[in-house]
Amino acid sequence: MTAGVETQASAKVSAPSASRVRVEAAAPRPNMGWIVPTLYILFLMLPIYWLVNMSFKTNTEITGTFSLWPQNPTLRNYIVIFTDPAWYSGYINSIIYVVMNTVISVAVALPAAYAFSRYRFLGDKHLFFWLLTNRMAPPAVFALPFFQLYSAFGLIDTHIAVALAHCLFNVPLAVWILEGFMSGVPKEIDETAYIDGYSFPRFFARIFVPLIASGIGVAAFFCFMFSWVELLIARTLTTTAAKPIAATMTRTVSASGMDWGVLAAAGVLTIIPGALVIYFVRNYIAKGFALGRV
Amino acid sequence: MEKTWNNKAWFMVLPVLLLVAFSAVIPLMTVVNYSVQDTFGNNQFFWAGTDWFVDILHSDRFWAALGRNLLFSVIILAIEIPLGILIALNMPKKGIGVPVCLVLMALPLLIPWNVVGTIWQVFGRVDIGLLGFALSALGLDYNYVNDVFDAWVTLIVMDVWHWTSLVVLLCYAGLVSIPEAYYQAAKIDGASRWAVFRYIQLPKMKRVLLIAFLLRFMDSFMIYTEPFVVTGGGPGNSTTFLSIDLVKMAIGQFDLGPAAAMSIIYFLIILLLSWIFYTVMTSSDEQA
Repeated sequence: MTAGVETQASAKVSAPSASRVRVEAAAPRPNMGWIVPTLYILFLMLPIYWLVNMSFKTNTEITGTFSLWPQNPTLRNYIVIFTDPAWYSGYINSIIYVVMNTVISVAVALPAAYAFSRYRFLGDKHLFFWLLTNRMAPPAVFALPFFQLYSAFGLIDTHIAVALAHCLFNVPLAVWILEGFMSGVPKEIDETAYIDGYSFPRFFARIFVPLIASGIGVAAFFCFMFSWVELLIARTLTTTAAKPIAATMTRTVSASGMDWGVLAAAGVLTIIPGALVIYFVRNYIAKGFALGRV
Repeated sequence: MEKTWNNKAWFMVLPVLLLVAFSAVIPLMTVVNYSVQDTFGNNQFFWAGTDWFVDILHSDRFWAALGRNLLFSVIILAIEIPLGILIALNMPKKGIGVPVCLVLMALPLLIPWNVVGTIWQVFGRVDIGLLGFALSALGLDYNYVNDVFDAWVTLIVMDVWHWTSLVVLLCYAGLVSIPEAYYQAAKIDGASRWAVFRYIQLPKMKRVLLIAFLLRFMDSFMIYTEPFVVTGGGPGNSTTFLSIDLVKMAIGQFDLGPAAAMSIIYFLIILLLSWIFYTVMTSSDEQA
């Protein structure tokens, strides 16, 4: 694949003739390119800003007046969330099952991805496509059967139920991502390690895993992301004890009407874990989003 | 890469297989089971054959939802893929701008889907939302609750807001992997901006575009939470996509048979379309 592209590219654009030609690194023409990403980021930030803005307002201010920033900033909405166990336990629940899911998905995907990247075996291609088909399965299709399956095992309203259910789409994705990264590691490394007397488990843990550390980071990031944002299945499988925060947000309609302020504050708080995770993987994102396949 | 034939590799795949079998095959069997049976309640089921499938395939409601869903997928793909490429091409290549752009752009991807719905539901409201307020201040009659066109525009803008970043990040990953020498060579040859894009950048982005295209198609075809929160499928049925219709049928009306039959047809359509895209795009890949 890569070789094909290179020949194609170099056929159209001849290769640089060694060292004599000096080319300026940066284009001297006036660069207006920054406008596009800036406008786009502005577009992305506006609705989020509006949510943050609302979360610092009182309900009377939200419904009564229209202002671009809070006139009487209040922390009341956040205080409601942090003092009411029904609210903050939602965060704890979400984080527990998301972390469980990420650990399970990456752990089972690692050996499978290694098998797909290194060996041919009976039915490998069919198996790989079949795994991917699970990524295509609409959660709406699975909501009801999941409920019955996990009821039968007595797992309803536990964190592990949601974690296992989310494996449906996260395991195939993790295998897909890790397989891409592992295929980028030359096979000679495996062979050299065996010659040097490494056993397979030791080679895998000591040499191979560090080599694809960024791949594991990216796979974990994607698992975290898809498990964190999914709601339909998580809500179906939980009632109170493991209820995710996003489902708790549907409760803000009270007798006195919609509690917009608390809703906005809860929304803002659901954005924070995601933002933290992105911040930690920011250096891998560029490479990682290509799933190691570029 | 040269791969060796080794059937023992099956043991490494086994954990994944068992896990996915538990979380996919068993539930799917339940669905198949329901799709061929009818019930009068009390957990008494009897064989209904393919009746439900025939019913679904003859119902206008199903075809209408399918049509709406396809239209939605086509529109958002037509906007998000070119827009994503355009933004990726203009991203800064080095310096402080890179992490800032990446983190800010990835943000919408990590917001729970119903919160995305809530954000836009609020943002678009004429009384308390910035967008709705601004549009009506401009004299536009914007109301996504009552107007079909406005509801569609809101959903599409929301999806563009939510998912274009995925395309951007994937394309950007493809672009940064291009060695500087390629651009220098192009410069010496006096290649135009378009030629650089067409013969260097686009081929390098092909893989990631395939991934972006497949992920966006699959996810937009399964979209449920966001439109459910924003419009609830309305006004009327104008934004009732397949998933919304399915959940209405299965959990709202508890019509298990038709809902199960619809699930299977729905799943098969996604499978078929994804397989076609996958095959077409990977085979053109091998020819290149």
